[in-house]
Amino acid sequence: MSNIPAQLHYATSHEWIKVDGDIGTVGISDHAQAELSDVVFVDLPKVGAKATAGAVIAVVESVKAASDIYSPVSGEVTEVNADLVKKPELVNKDPYGAAWLFKLKLSAPDEVAKLMDAAAYQAQIGE
Amino acid sequence: MAFAASLRETCSRMTTPDSLQKTALFAAHQKLGARLVDFGGWNMPVQYGGILEEHKAVREAAGVFDISHMGEFFVRGPDALTFLNGLLTNDVAKLAVGQGQYTLMLNEEGGVIDDLIIYRLKEDDYFLVVNAAKIDEDWTWIEDRDAASQLPNFSRENKSKFFSAVALQGPKALEIARKFFGEGWPEPKRNEITSYSWNCQPVLAARTGYTGEDGVELFFANEIAENFLAALLTAGEPLGLKACGLGARDTLRLEACLPLNGNDLSAKRTPLEAGLGVFVSLTKAADFPGKAALLKQKAGGLKEKLVAFRLKEKGPPPRPHYRLFLGEKPVGEVTSGAPSPTLGYGMGLAYVGIEHSEPGTALELEVRGARVPVEVVKKPFYKRAA
Repeated sequence: MSNIPAQLHYATSHEWIKVDGDIGTVGISDHAQAELSDVVFVDLPKVGAKATAGAVIAVVESVKAASDIYSPVSGEVTEVNADLVKKPELVNKDPYGAAWLFKLKLSAPDEVAKLMDAAAYQAQIGE
Repeated sequence: MAFAASLRETCSRMTTPDSLQKTALFAAHQKLGARLVDFGGWNMPVQYGGILEEHKAVREAAGVFDISHMGEFFVRGPDALTFLNGLLTNDVAKLAVGQGQYTLMLNEEGGVIDDLIIYRLKEDDYFLVVNAAKIDEDWTWIEDRDAASQLPNFSRENKSKFFSAVALQGPKALEIARKFFGEGWPEPKRNEITSYSWNCQPVLAARTGYTGEDGVELFFANEIAENFLAALLTAGEPLGLKACGLGARDTLRLEACLPLNGNDLSAKRTPLEAGLGVFVSLTKAADFPGKAALLKQKAGGLKEKLVAFRLKEKGPPPRPHYRLFLGEKPVGEVTSGAPSPTLGYGMGLAYVGIEHSEPGTALELEVRGARVPVEVVKKPFYKRAA
């Protein structure tokens, strides 16, 4: 049974976003990190990059494969988590905390309403 | 533009269709908490705990892998040797009873149909272990060769469905095998095979493997598979034995630069290009499919070669189909790639032009549109201490 914090919004593609005013913080779910296992490399966007809801914005690599990460909402990247370059294993250890991937300034805040809440995401992953 | 699998795909691999073939150890894997994936039409464990911890167990203690999906063929009779020497690249006549050798089966163009190990069990009794995904193709090829050979005095059987097998690998593997079988087990030496009985059932033990470590590959009837694995794990756990999946098997074999058919070997690549010339006897009297093509390729000189390369600095691991560049010129394509758990850098195998194949050659790897510096290195990446 994976951890699914109630205060976050979730995309069907297993990313989470925490919204604080017009700034969103994005990461991948506990379920997703468990499925990936052993994350060894994270490719982050550049600050200033334009994110489009549902489009590839980052890549997380496990031993076995590279997985695309989709931005749950649109906006401009304002900050990336540089710690993950040196310590990609944080994605496995603390997916909702130390392993946030990037922050962005929301350009279409109404997109958040289209994401899932914790209960809907829990139902999606069948737990 | 998508560069990789999405998390959605990664996370949906949990549900696998019923159409996949299962080994006799399927229920055992479920009990052990394995994550099961589609591997060439087989529902196989990719990992139990994590690939890194399983990889480490094999390098430092021991791991056991289900290799029941692999194929087992028997060829017997006075004409068996003649038939096999006209089928396979290595010289089967060099095998003494109880020995095995790595060999290849080629098409007429010299391309690889399959790589396999052949063991001589008795005077006229040979045992072939082939890749799971190639069982049908190999067997059809063997049937065709049989029809063409018109040799009357041998028989052949595809017993793949009746055999289970596990690979016990690692520095503690032999100690575990001795403990498991008990006094009297005829321990095979390097590349040898012996037969013994376990709970009144025959078990073939070959001192071979696909991890770069010492160990044995054990073959037995499906009926005893579950009990066999459970007893082996019980015997081995105090010595650090872990059940390991195909994920660790892949990183282990890549560190040891052991080729994977379908990735590093294919119908379009010859064993000479793959650096496997030592397993091809161009001097034996027997003609085999591909021999003429290989002689011609050898005389003309190789144009391309399978090389090992590594990342020069920390960066994204190489993956199959990534391209290698020298300046703006594409010089090769990656056939296998992964992060090396033992060595800590990204490693890969790729076919490159012969002029770029010398160890020390600096090239660039294209990853998601960016370039990463890599260097051609001597094979293998990892070699166990003697």
